[in-house]
Amino acid sequence: MAEKVIYAMYDDDDVLKDGAKKLVAKGVKVADVFSPFPIHGIDPIIGVKQTRLGIMAFLYGLTGTALATLGMNYFMIHDWPMNIGGKPNDSYLDNVLAFIPITFEFTVLCAAHGMAITYLLLNKTLPGMPATNPDPRTTDDKFVMELRLSDNNQFSEGELMAMLNDTGVVEVDQKDIH
Amino acid sequence: MHKEAAIREPLILGHKTYHQITEDVCKPIEDKAPRMWYILFGIALIIGLYGVGCIFYLLGTGIGVWGLNKTVGWAWDITNFVWWVGIGHAGTLISAVLLLFRQKWRMAINRSAEAMTIFAVFMAGLFPLIHMGRLWVGYWTLPLPNHFGSLWVNFNSPLLWDVFAISTYLSVSLVFWYIGLIPDFATIRDRVKKPIPKKMYSILSFGWSGRAKHWNRFELVSLVLAGVATPLVFSVHSIVSFDFATSVIPGWHTTIFPPYFVAGAVFSGFAMVQTLLLVMRKAMKLEAYIHTRHVEYMNIVIMVTGSIVGTAYITELFISWYSGVEYEAYAFFNRAAGPYWWAYWSMMTCNVVSPQLMWFKKLRRSLLFTFIISIVVNIGMWFERYVIIVTSIHRDYLPSSWSMHYPSHIDLGVYVGTIGLFFVFFLLFARFFPVLALNELKTILKSSGESYKNDTAPVHPYFAKNGHSHGHDDHDNTHNH
Repeated sequence: MAEKVIYAMYDDDDVLKDGAKKLVAKGVKVADVFSPFPIHGIDPIIGVKQTRLGIMAFLYGLTGTALATLGMNYFMIHDWPMNIGGKPNDSYLDNVLAFIPITFEFTVLCAAHGMAITYLLLNKTLPGMPATNPDPRTTDDKFVMELRLSDNNQFSEGELMAMLNDTGVVEVDQKDIH
Repeated sequence: MHKEAAIREPLILGHKTYHQITEDVCKPIEDKAPRMWYILFGIALIIGLYGVGCIFYLLGTGIGVWGLNKTVGWAWDITNFVWWVGIGHAGTLISAVLLLFRQKWRMAINRSAEAMTIFAVFMAGLFPLIHMGRLWVGYWTLPLPNHFGSLWVNFNSPLLWDVFAISTYLSVSLVFWYIGLIPDFATIRDRVKKPIPKKMYSILSFGWSGRAKHWNRFELVSLVLAGVATPLVFSVHSIVSFDFATSVIPGWHTTIFPPYFVAGAVFSGFAMVQTLLLVMRKAMKLEAYIHTRHVEYMNIVIMVTGSIVGTAYITELFISWYSGVEYEAYAFFNRAAGPYWWAYWSMMTCNVVSPQLMWFKKLRRSLLFTFIISIVVNIGMWFERYVIIVTSIHRDYLPSSWSMHYPSHIDLGVYVGTIGLFFVFFLLFARFFPVLALNELKTILKSSGESYKNDTAPVHPYFAKNGHSHGHDDHDNTHNH
């Protein structure tokens, strides 16, 4: 089903932020904001929650530590213990110091790559994905606020437009999206 | 937005707008390449191909074509490896460590420094691989289940730690670099008109749209990646230094190596960043973004790390005498007064004396002087690795096996070839990638841009009507002078 969407364009990030504050105060729901760089402070205004990717990175890191520990314990202690320079690999604990560099590196490797892959999947930014910004200028110097009529049933289209006009908007566009 | 004193020198010169930043950075990509680019690319390609030829000759003939002998079994190969890894340190340091410290001056230089890191680590990785003589079995260094039975690589060995450290460093730096590039590729994608470049940048930009949620995630991912990459910077060169420090060779077996190597790496890395950026800013007309203030800050890092390296040299000398170990004392006496005295004193002059000149404000703000010193430092750091490696092993415990090392033309060809290949990669990067981090630069325009600092930017009509100054209420623009 087609849905009506209003795209309000601004030429300054602070004007957009100020406008979003005003609109939200009047009960308007802002669906999204498109910008060429992160607008600091916009997230709490339009209700974007802080991402939990950091927790994911920690969990990936822990997985890396566990895999490295289990792996080296199996390879060096159980499967193929070597007597190197008179220092036999009899127990993991006796050799743990030599295993720390690789444990650390593997932890970082898993945390960084796990988080990066999760980030790309969550964003749906993957090779070959189509761009969904409403106007090519939003990656240059313009800032766009997206309002969905279905999110703002309490206002008529005219009322929304009137409120938008009061926020320093430079261009307004309407589209039907599917 | 951070408050910044109005009397601080601006980071972005000229009365730039967001659009002008995009224009300035995209211009070299969208315009035809200047003739100079083709000339430099041609020279770098020829040198690089000569190096590749030398590598093929070496692989076909064996590493006997290097100037190695039974006593000096490691020479230019490992010198070059450590040198290139060291150069690769500045990029991640600028990106990660300075991001954590909220240093805004990093934003104009981080993209190209990261690119430099990645290409330098490529070059570094080549040397251990070709030193094997059998490049095609390089995968034996990885702990893979194999057809030899249950035979595993030795996890106690610093050489294997190297494999993990370098590959982790390379891949994490690559991810950090690319994640930052995605929004900038989207900017180019939305600007270019020709179908093929448009398609290419569409693929490279992964469909980036700049939604608020995506930026929210982007900032956190950058911060966490910086958090994990920072200890990596320190661990990688510490681990490289373990290759030497865990052995029993006099001159190598010292606990000072990890911090000393890390400082040396940052020292040489920043020197290479200076060399590249001073040329690039001129060639690509980016003087408004990379200017004296950036160069001065980098010179301060060079001065500090150079002083750490100098202190380490003197500490080593003192400890070799104070330890009372005659082999250790001889190794150091031999470095300074033995047959390789010229290498030792070149190293001392380039690395200890030259960075001290940066105490003078006039010198550290002079672009020409900086350019010269940056090259001197890189020469000095190459000599440092050569001195550590060759002078320590050319005098064995048995005087009957004492020997000298003379490089062959293949040694030279492979080394010079990697410099050529490095520049081939860097020139391609400068031609097709945004060399400045567009999205990051735009975030500092209002706090560190010249117009906003001097309060000369036109006030947006909306705010003029509503009585704000520029509309950024949390940003202090008042002058106190």
